[in-house]
Amino acid sequence: MIKHESIETNAGLLIALTLIVISIGGLVEIVPLFFINDTVEKVEGVRPYSALELRGRDIYQREGCYLCHSQMVRPFRDEMLRYGHYSLAAESKYDHPFQWGSKRTGPDLARVGGKYSNEWHVAHLVRPTAVVPQSVMPNYPWLLETELNYSDVQDRMRALKMTGVPYSETQQEYEANVTTFGADIAGRLDILRAEETLMQQALTYNYDGQRARITEMDALIAYLQVLGTMVDFSRYDEGYFTQFR
Amino acid sequence: MSETKPKPQGAVQTTGHSWDGDLQEFNNPLPAWWLWGFYATVLFAVIYWVLFPAWPIAGGYTTGVMNTITFVDGSGEERTTHWNTRSLLLKEMQQSESAQRSREYLEKVAATDYQEILSDPEMMDFTRSMAKGLFGDNCAACHGTGGSGVIGLFPNLADDDWLWGGTVEQIETSIRAGRYGFMPEFRNTLNAQQLDDVATYVLSLSGNKVDQTVAARGEKIFQTDTGGCYYCHTESGTGLESQGAANLTDQVWTVADVNGAETLDAQKAEVKQVIRNGVERRMPGWSERLTAAQIKLLTVFVHELGGGQ
Repeated sequence: MIKHESIETNAGLLIALTLIVISIGGLVEIVPLFFINDTVEKVEGVRPYSALELRGRDIYQREGCYLCHSQMVRPFRDEMLRYGHYSLAAESKYDHPFQWGSKRTGPDLARVGGKYSNEWHVAHLVRPTAVVPQSVMPNYPWLLETELNYSDVQDRMRALKMTGVPYSETQQEYEANVTTFGADIAGRLDILRAEETLMQQALTYNYDGQRARITEMDALIAYLQVLGTMVDFSRYDEGYFTQFR
Repeated sequence: MSETKPKPQGAVQTTGHSWDGDLQEFNNPLPAWWLWGFYATVLFAVIYWVLFPAWPIAGGYTTGVMNTITFVDGSGEERTTHWNTRSLLLKEMQQSESAQRSREYLEKVAATDYQEILSDPEMMDFTRSMAKGLFGDNCAACHGTGGSGVIGLFPNLADDDWLWGGTVEQIETSIRAGRYGFMPEFRNTLNAQQLDDVATYVLSLSGNKVDQTVAARGEKIFQTDTGGCYYCHTESGTGLESQGAANLTDQVWTVADVNGAETLDAQKAEVKQVIRNGVERRMPGWSERLTAAQIKLLTVFVHELGGGQ
């Protein structure tokens, strides 16, 4: 039995024992979630980001958007009325790291996809007060000027693949994705064709309004426009989601 | 507390530790209020574990006893579940007093036609207060809290000029299905001289004093297949509502900032820029995000905001 006095007078031992006690608290809270069968809802439509959306998500993180914007509509009535359906765990199952956040200086963005036009996003990101005079959001004009660097997008997808995101590299993985997500989306999840599909998506939708270039603005808006749009909630009875809690 | 005098040595038990020779630590008992407060929190936790979902077991968890929530699911059947935030939310959205009241109003709105709403002061009061919130959450980001829009990007809803028509039916269609406004770019079709001519003619349509010979050359381009402007803006320049084409004969400008330009040359430069680069504007459709009744409220609100037709 270790004496109280010998712990108090030995800094190294005190630190080690403190860490053990704290980590028990954390583990008890976190670990059981991995074993509860219903934590992640069974819904259709959630897919990994395409190469362009993924680069957009990286820019979202680089610019620190999460410091002011959460991506988590909580199951409260006022939030449902303002933002739409509450967020499901399944909707962020391919996010590493997830962008739930805990600070809302700006509005929640979990369901921002499709809410505004691309033109609005461009004007707003370049200078938010141009469209929302009372906004305190900073300007991000360089997004429109900076060419998107996507030379390493394959490596970024490979890194996520290691965490379990189903991007495909082999024919077998690709075919599995065709079964799960359909041929269109499976094509966009193929690592070997990433640069090609990225360019294709940017040119087809021309998010930034500049036809000749693929900018960081293209990527960020592609990402914002897909947020919260993957699950078609009209297909589910509201009561369905209660069984997962 | 700062007045407490140290008790004499030996009156209170010490922990027995001694630092620097004489620095000792009293082993006072915890204050009773603190100790009982602590026991109370322990008791609270135990009661909470029993009533609410708490402990993980195997692939599930304890769900709590004597604490259920009943709500009505989509098929109209009553369902009772153990306590959880999602069921609680459903119950609140179905049964809370304010939710019931707003549903009553919304049902009334859904069942009433536009003319009746517009002529009923009580329904208009309710519409204004509810639609104001909806407008703030969904429309104000582009059209501004007052609906005055952003010139060049988002139409002004507070004036009586309507690109896509200002009747309640047309406004409802705009909100429900969204709009796609498109004018082709003429940078490769018209040369600098022609651009100048057309811009001059366009400015003359709304009564600006311009050089008539230049305007006449512009008219030729506008009214023939060289420019083809009349396809959408019509021969008289009033614009086709079905195309969202602007009325060029009034003083209201939605894309070119003519009213913000001081000289005729500056005004012409604004108009030329629009003709050269074309226009592409999208408004998203709201039928998936808002209910039919909410869209109806917004329609009435927007109709009233500008001089609706």
